Amino acid sequence: MAARNDIKYLKVPKIGSQKKKYCRFKKNGIKFIDYKDEQYLLTFINPQGKILPRRLSGNSLKYQRRVAQSIKRARHIALLPYLTDMLK
Amino acid sequence: MQKQYETVLIFTPVLNEGDTKKKIKEYTSFVKEKGYEIVEEDLWGMRQLAYPIKKKTSGIYFVFEYKGTGEVVDQLEVMCRRDTDIIRFLTVKMDKYHIKYNEDKRNGLVGRNKKVKDKPAEENSAEEEGANDGDAQTEAAN
Repeated sequence: MAARNDIKYLKVPKIGSQKKKYCRFKKNGIKFIDYKDEQYLLTFINPQGKILPRRLSGNSLKYQRRVAQSIKRARHIALLPYLTDMLK
Repeated sequence: MQKQYETVLIFTPVLNEGDTKKKIKEYTSFVKEKGYEIVEEDLWGMRQLAYPIKKKTSGIYFVFEYKGTGEVVDQLEVMCRRDTDIIRFLTVKMDKYHIKYNEDKRNGLVGRNKKVKDKPAEENSAEEEGANDGDAQTEAAN
């Protein structure tokens, strides 16, 4: 462990600490996701218009399914595209 | 058994104001005649579509809610399919959370600039705020 004294960092890098992920719907008590509100649904899709997986969005399974259903409905009524280049 | 439904209709953009009003009346009166109660009507107006539908890039959106026993939905959809002025429609059966959300929205309790309610824990109060911590994860999806 002698190498540790030689390496000098300005700020010690934190290895192994991750931000605790939580489901924002469970935390805030939101029960319904409106498919007519495309501004809010934009937080759950990537710039190509694809739905973000659960490991990135942090949602629980129940709410991820509801989010996916809302996004698919919004796509049907042309509030969100099925596929684009630069959504955000 | 009272069921509540919400229908979104998209009309072609070539309709002028008088025609849209006539069409709207046609559908709402059809629903009313069957004995349903119209809870809300909302004309969003002309909007840009996210992708072209039938070669058109914009459309006139109209949303309305109605409640009743539920047989009218089939007939309404048949009417929508026959009508050449409607390019898209979507009917959704509302569950209790959806009904509550729409009511709160009408009373201004949803969104960033919401009215303060007397009761403490309001369910949808954080709907529009968006978790700040979640956005860092969504950026990593690129």
